[in-house]
Amino acid sequence: MKEYIEYIKMIVVLSTISAVCGFGLAAISAFTKERIEEQKLLNVEGPTVKKILAGSTNDLIKDRKEIVINKQKYIVFIGKKNGAPWALAYTTDGTGFGGEMSVMIGFDLINDTLAGVGITSHKETPGVGSRVTEDSFTKTFKDKGLNAVFKIKADGGVIDAVTGATVSSRGVCGAVQKGVPLYQDIKKQVLK
Amino acid sequence: MASIAQEFTKGFWKEIPPFRLVLGICAALAVTKSLVDGFGMGIALIFVLVCSNIIISMLRKVIPKKVRLACYIVIIATFVVIVELITQAYVYSLYEALGIFIPLIVVNCIILGRAEAFASKKSVLRSALDGLGIGAGYTLALVFLGALREILGRGTLFAGSQYVINLFGPSFKPYAFMVEAPGAFVCLGLLLGIMNVLGD
Repeated sequence: MKEYIEYIKMIVVLSTISAVCGFGLAAISAFTKERIEEQKLLNVEGPTVKKILAGSTNDLIKDRKEIVINKQKYIVFIGKKNGAPWALAYTTDGTGFGGEMSVMIGFDLINDTLAGVGITSHKETPGVGSRVTEDSFTKTFKDKGLNAVFKIKADGGVIDAVTGATVSSRGVCGAVQKGVPLYQDIKKQVLK
Repeated sequence: MASIAQEFTKGFWKEIPPFRLVLGICAALAVTKSLVDGFGMGIALIFVLVCSNIIISMLRKVIPKKVRLACYIVIIATFVVIVELITQAYVYSLYEALGIFIPLIVVNCIILGRAEAFASKKSVLRSALDGLGIGAGYTLALVFLGALREILGRGTLFAGSQYVINLFGPSFKPYAFMVEAPGAFVCLGLLLGIMNVLGD
């Protein structure tokens, strides 16, 4: 009998401690959730958005919208000048040499051209493939019309690949090709 | 029995964790690339250590002996997740710098060691002071190690904060080996040796 009481005591104590800890963590998680999401956007995507949509006068992180297309959720950043939206940007992914890379594409709403491209995360080889993140490569996308062939020149497109980083350059182009067809739908939903 | 003040001060020299007890080495080697990172890790550890010591000491008469380790780990893990969430929400750059080593505080032997060897037997006040002292000693060691490696490996101090000091001017070629993993072992080994020569 004494043994059973001991067992029950063990179960009760451990369960109680776990339950209290669980509830405590749930509360703290709920309390910090919004801020963590904001911090992530600010630190991971923030610097890229600010670069692509340079010249915007609004708070780019705050003026974002979540838009669902083909059951996929896109976070769309909207750039405004004097209160009127002039550009938007969202992220798609491509496959580079080291694996998945996230590419943010900015669109000029007035001229329907690319406002810029930036790589937010990648696993390319440092110093080789990673050079696709540099301005000298990403600026080749800027101001291109949406009907341009976003492939590297070796594949019959209009983009100058980074020397020695063909696969990484293709990865970025792939992401842009994936992102451009969504533009009209997203534009409609944003301006609605 | 040691005086209350001694519970606090022993962590600074007699039982300074990485150098005397040779505990918590994994994190000590990995995050001391710079002074700021080492300091951040130290603060995170102090918080977890003090909180878990206090709670475990409070519950020391309730927790059955056979499941004590499970109870300690649940309590410690809870505080570690709290630290993780808070650094992520309020000091994101530190969260990125420390990365996986915040969750790994759970298995840092200093914390379970203090819970088992100290907090489960002593009063709440003594346990809190013990946690504070050992944690502060650990922080001191990490800051020292981080500063040493940062000065030699990058030629700067306080990199990662807004008060970066460039110590040697532009002509200095940083000894990059020191901020890599092998440099951490060499640094720690030399410091351990010096501590042993100096003795108690």
